[in-house]
Amino acid sequence: MKKSVGSKAFDGFNYIFLGLLALSCLIPIIHIIAVSFSNKAATSANLVTLWPVGFHTLAYERVLSSWDFVRAFFVSMGRVLVGVSVNMFIICVTAYPLSKESNQLKGRTFLVWLLVFPMLFKGGLIPTYLVVRDVGLLNSFWALIWPGAVPIFSIILMMNFYRSLPKSLSEAAMIDGAGHFNILFKIFLPLSKPGIATLTLFEAVGHWNEWFMGMIYLNDQAKFPLQTYLRQMLLPSFAEGKITASDIEYVKMLSDKNFTAAQLVIAIIPILCIYPFVQKYFVKGLVIGSVKG
Amino acid sequence: MVNKQSVHRIKTKWNMKQNWPLYIMLIPAGILLLIFSYYPMYGVSIAFQDYQPVNGFFGSPFVGLKWFKYVFEMPDFKEILSNTLIMAIGKILIGTLFSIVFALLLNEIKNRRYKKTVQTIVYLPYFLSWVIIGGIFVDLLSADGLINQVINLFGHESIMFLGDNRYFRGTMILTDVWKSFGYGAIIYLAAMTGIDPQLYESARMDGANRLKQALHITLPGILPTIILLATLSIGNILNAGFDQILIMYNEVVYETGDIIDTFVYRVGLESAQFSLSTAVGLFKSVVSFIMIGISYTLAYKFADYRIF
Repeated sequence: MKKSVGSKAFDGFNYIFLGLLALSCLIPIIHIIAVSFSNKAATSANLVTLWPVGFHTLAYERVLSSWDFVRAFFVSMGRVLVGVSVNMFIICVTAYPLSKESNQLKGRTFLVWLLVFPMLFKGGLIPTYLVVRDVGLLNSFWALIWPGAVPIFSIILMMNFYRSLPKSLSEAAMIDGAGHFNILFKIFLPLSKPGIATLTLFEAVGHWNEWFMGMIYLNDQAKFPLQTYLRQMLLPSFAEGKITASDIEYVKMLSDKNFTAAQLVIAIIPILCIYPFVQKYFVKGLVIGSVKG
Repeated sequence: MVNKQSVHRIKTKWNMKQNWPLYIMLIPAGILLLIFSYYPMYGVSIAFQDYQPVNGFFGSPFVGLKWFKYVFEMPDFKEILSNTLIMAIGKILIGTLFSIVFALLLNEIKNRRYKKTVQTIVYLPYFLSWVIIGGIFVDLLSADGLINQVINLFGHESIMFLGDNRYFRGTMILTDVWKSFGYGAIIYLAAMTGIDPQLYESARMDGANRLKQALHITLPGILPTIILLATLSIGNILNAGFDQILIMYNEVVYETGDIIDTFVYRVGLESAQFSLSTAVGLFKSVVSFIMIGISYTLAYKFADYRIF
């Protein structure tokens, strides 16, 4: 079918408009990258837009030679590793019994409600903080792990995933004498790889990006994960004490902007690395999770 | 035949000997929920007490509704509530509208590679934390930042997006929409792929142009999804974006920027007024709970939606 002039004009407009929209999502990120590679004079004079002016990598040298930053980066990595393992274990194991019918799990409806209720009604910030304090987790790495260890929404997704597996599989295994643990670990988990991959990425991004728990539960800055550390750096009141003696040389060449920009860029890199996978899986996971009807 | 019978038996007869591992599996999550979700729910009782850290949840003196009276008489409370509602509703409305229009426009792109590229790019900001996005925007939105440079180019004076009560709420809404519209469009795009192509064909036969096709086929086709998501968003009516605002606001814009969550944080954790702050938090929890209840009931009624 031939396209009318109006239709063609619309197409042209549409291609350009969506292109610009996509650019608007990229420009802030490109800008920050450009700033991170630019020199102090150009940054202070606001000459940097989307391309570095006076290209150098000093900002990165300074960031990577700052033990505080590197340590925070490793704390975050450790947090992702430990936190995701804990989350995934809880997700896989909790979703299994809840995916059964109530003739196998007596009281299933009640138990599911017990799980869902905290998603609907929350004790709130202060009581939760007081509990974390009272159980002695304040200023401990584990404060970043345990309070968020039961990702309810992910458990529901996993439960639906298990339910989509053919029932005859577990029934056949039962007849052959397998117990529930065997069925879960030898049949369900291997078959759930796509679901597990999706949720692992989900939880990993969550842990990497989370900063607030670090801020309220940890007093010792040496224990801060990266995002909490960055948030502290971005606070103006904190910026004054940012410069140490060893930084003096850098300070001649770098502005705070270059330095901050380089830190932000490094914090984005892990997300960019897993983004291709995340994106593909997230789209699927989100669609399964919300429009199952 | 024998097999079928035994399958039948397993299905109908509940037996503890076989199914006890199911309960064992629930124990880790059960303990964690008990400590970190249910115990704090009990902890809201400090909203009715003069909480003293030494005495804990159980031993502090009971004062009834004292803190709630205090909160509702507080001159700031109205301000905080209206800030919360304005920003939350603004984000829901503008965000939804933007996501739908974006999905409709993207649906008109026939070049698959272009479509994929645009999609991939606009999802990206959603995956970056508010710390990162906040850090970037504080720079971009500053008096001499990139955005004000463009504004100056057109002969206008710089706008203090983050330091002016006239602009702060709008800035919060727009930056949030910027961060999440692409991600928000995913479900609409998925719903569009489910529309029967024959509908478009017959519409074209009848002489419908593309605008008419979009209005009379695509839009009605995704209408159930729109209604469902709109209904579910009722539950977020008091969620104005804690992360974002805590990172991007400052004393100058407390008047228009302070929301329930940031107030609870400031009064509770920074000034250690645990009971007052918990009372405000409890107010939010109860209202949210009612709203979520309403939204789920409506979603179930109109779209047959169930969370599990």
